[in-house]
Amino acid sequence: MTDDELIWRIAGGSGDGIASTSQNFAKALMRSGLDVFTHRHYPSRIRGGHTYTEVRAAPEDVTSRGDGYDFLLALGDSFARNPQEDAYYGTEEIKPLSENLDDLREGGVIVYDSGLLDADEVPNFEQRAEENNWHVFPIDLRGMARDMGREVMRNTAGVGVTCAIADIPVEAIEELMTDAMPEKILGPNLEILNAAYEKVKEEHDLSGIEVSCPDGEHEEEQVLVNGSEGIAYGAFDEGCRFIAGYPMTPWTEVFTIMSKNLPKVGGVAEQVEDEIAAAALAIGAAHTGVKAMSGSSGGGFALMSEPLGLAEISETPIVLLEAARAGPSTGMPTKPEQADLEHVLYTSQGDSNRVVFAPADPAEAYDHARKAFQMAYEYQIPSIILYDQKLSGEYRNVPASHFDREPNPDIGQVLNEEQIAEAPHEPGGKFHRFRHDSEDGVSPRSVPGQKGGRFLASGNEHNEAGHISEDPDNRVAQVDRRNRKLESIRAELDDDGLNVTYGPEDADYGVLAFGSMVGTVEEAVERLNDDGESVKLLSVGELAPYPKEQVRAFIESVDRVMVVEMNSTAQFRGLTQKHLGEYGPKLSSLLKYNGNPFEPAEVIEGFHNTLKGESETDHQTTFVPAGGD
Amino acid sequence: MSAFSAIGDKREIEQEEYTPGIEPQPTWCPGCGDFGVLKALKGALPEVGRTPDETLTVTGIGCSGKLNSYFNSYGFHTIHGRSLPVARAAKLANPGLEVIAAGGDGDGYGIGGNHFMHTARENHDFTYIVFNNEIFGLTKGQTSPTSPKGHESKTQPHGSAKEPVRPLSLSLTSGASFVARTAAVNPNQAKELIKEAIEHDGFAHIDFLTQCPTWNKDAKQYVPYIDVNESDDYDFDPTNRDEAAEMMRETEEALHDGKVLTGKYYVDEDRPSYQQEKQQIGEMPEEPLAERYFDDSYEWERSADMFIDDHK
Repeated sequence: MTDDELIWRIAGGSGDGIASTSQNFAKALMRSGLDVFTHRHYPSRIRGGHTYTEVRAAPEDVTSRGDGYDFLLALGDSFARNPQEDAYYGTEEIKPLSENLDDLREGGVIVYDSGLLDADEVPNFEQRAEENNWHVFPIDLRGMARDMGREVMRNTAGVGVTCAIADIPVEAIEELMTDAMPEKILGPNLEILNAAYEKVKEEHDLSGIEVSCPDGEHEEEQVLVNGSEGIAYGAFDEGCRFIAGYPMTPWTEVFTIMSKNLPKVGGVAEQVEDEIAAAALAIGAAHTGVKAMSGSSGGGFALMSEPLGLAEISETPIVLLEAARAGPSTGMPTKPEQADLEHVLYTSQGDSNRVVFAPADPAEAYDHARKAFQMAYEYQIPSIILYDQKLSGEYRNVPASHFDREPNPDIGQVLNEEQIAEAPHEPGGKFHRFRHDSEDGVSPRSVPGQKGGRFLASGNEHNEAGHISEDPDNRVAQVDRRNRKLESIRAELDDDGLNVTYGPEDADYGVLAFGSMVGTVEEAVERLNDDGESVKLLSVGELAPYPKEQVRAFIESVDRVMVVEMNSTAQFRGLTQKHLGEYGPKLSSLLKYNGNPFEPAEVIEGFHNTLKGESETDHQTTFVPAGGD
Repeated sequence: MSAFSAIGDKREIEQEEYTPGIEPQPTWCPGCGDFGVLKALKGALPEVGRTPDETLTVTGIGCSGKLNSYFNSYGFHTIHGRSLPVARAAKLANPGLEVIAAGGDGDGYGIGGNHFMHTARENHDFTYIVFNNEIFGLTKGQTSPTSPKGHESKTQPHGSAKEPVRPLSLSLTSGASFVARTAAVNPNQAKELIKEAIEHDGFAHIDFLTQCPTWNKDAKQYVPYIDVNESDDYDFDPTNRDEAAEMMRETEEALHDGKVLTGKYYVDEDRPSYQQEKQQIGEMPEEPLAERYFDDSYEWERSADMFIDDHK
């Protein structure tokens, strides 16, 4: 996936509209028939600070950010506040042009806003451009925008220039702007777009530039969706009509989408005082018969630990999200990491009794969200979706038909009043909500307000009617029954295709990955096989209950396995060994925790290390050779 | 037709219906004030016409948290300090339920203090009873948020250096629209206040003085009590916020001088409840949300019809 593609990076300051501009650009390319993928990098600041988005487009399957990029549109940071080199953040103004400049591929294109940026501030700029055969276009985008509309519209000017150079029909952008922009600003934007396009076509010699946008065609209509949207729509289609939350990056995105949409359909969204309350509200709503969710990111999810345990022992079906970011503590709020795996699996006192999903892309985010609600309500258990900053804001094209499914508002085994009347009760009238004798572990429930259904839900261990009981026989019966639910869930999920294999079935080597890293590893595996290696990938989407037999079969089928994850302590490899109890000498690790997700080339390099048993890397990745059990 | 036929069920209700067959006898210590809350509650509910199956009692942790073990209704015995957020959501999901939240002073004014402040602010339409015994009872007598300054206990061996929380003033400032104090030694006043709290449309907070004879005070220490609404010595209008605030302050200070003042301190009948506020801005359905999941004819909305076009 390196020849027939375009990787366009738009770079500027946080608050400069980089995200929305890149999203429109990606959508225009998707509409033209290309597969697209966006990779977003931003600081934890309101205004200012270097931010960029890469849009990668190719005729087929784009599953990852690429290695480097081939078109840089450097807009300049209009909010940079520290022009002095000795200021805390250094010279920020030039960063959109200078940062990661060496990742620009040979023969690449640089368009920079000469109204804001001075290329002389970039060390050895001219020499580097010459050596790499870069095509450089200094254009006063700011001036152009100011003359024809408003300064902030220089994004649009930059897109017009991009279209001219990369040979993208400007009509595609026009169409999209017309759909997306309010009338007031549409006129000047269209004018600026066209003027910039024409100016470049007329004034610049574009011959000899090999960077261009490929052609593609989709067999069916596509939609541009990110991971947060996938999760929100999956929840919506499962009949989730209650959400409670507290803002925290990056979980806020799902919370925002749900809060905007639930009132439209008579649902309830609550922004509350803290995450303890948020999870407790989800429990209160679910207990009362409504499908409910909550969620947060690392620190906020930590506050949910205690309500999570309450949901487990009271068997209240809720869905929680954990949008992980680099930790510990506040860590790096806008950077992805997969270091909350153990946190999500084990937080809260007592034996954990939960289901944990790890979607790999926006389409899976939708599927897993639906599955999370199904498991939660069918088995009266909390379900958690573990994703991260990367998947949350990453856009990909998905066939529109993927979302064309029937809604499922089913709340599981909740009895109606006639059934309650027939069901076992205490002599004093309390309904047996927590029966010992259920084979799959699920004991049907009632909902407050139903005649004859009253019972006590409790965070204490309890008897069949829910009253506090420390009787040893009851305790064992209740714990065993709750644990039986996990076995039933494992059996059901094993057939659901949540764990996906990529690459040739009879490959010699294997790679294990989960969640947002899967797409990048998938591309690496494809490229390795193209280069004559023999390797396959298992994406584990079901983290609890862990799909032991599927992973065991995968590891058994190859000579060696590399486990790829974004953290420093190899939590996923640890989880795998915990469940399988062996394979220490067979499993190596490739780790990255610098705040940036893997590029495919890093995975490829890691794979070669696995084969050679070397631990030197050229990048900020860490290779941990296989050890003992 | 409602899937919840207990809600709005009009019939004669016997007080005994509120005594569960499974745990009819509380395990509270002899002389404990908690018995007074249970008795007042059992007396109040039949008189306001609420049946056990339409009532949800949500409790925290502590001796008070066991209220719904000894009170026959739907119950949720939650975790320490978290009864209020669970109760709020239940009321949002099905406003027809009679929701009563309860817990101790450590539960409500200490660990759950943030929820208390925000629940009062939002003015959710339910009743919150705080069993205030000025001590941590179940954990054997440690200083609590309402223990007076200088209170000595095993965890505060030199006496507490802190001023106690002022529960009535805190409630008023936070936004509760009904604030009262009663005492376990005064079952008739307690019953009447609970009835009024239940009928009130908004957050009704009752600070209920419950003596702890084992670790703190015996019943005698909350006697004699004075009803500030009845006594000729006090003249204030509970619908007047400023007068209520002054009366509350006097009451909170008097308690530590050994003078027990009780009564209804504040009521605002005009302020809309949170449920009404949400409906007003179109953020809460008229029909209880919980009903929808039992309605086979409801046409569930799909993301494919509502959102996907925007992504094309």
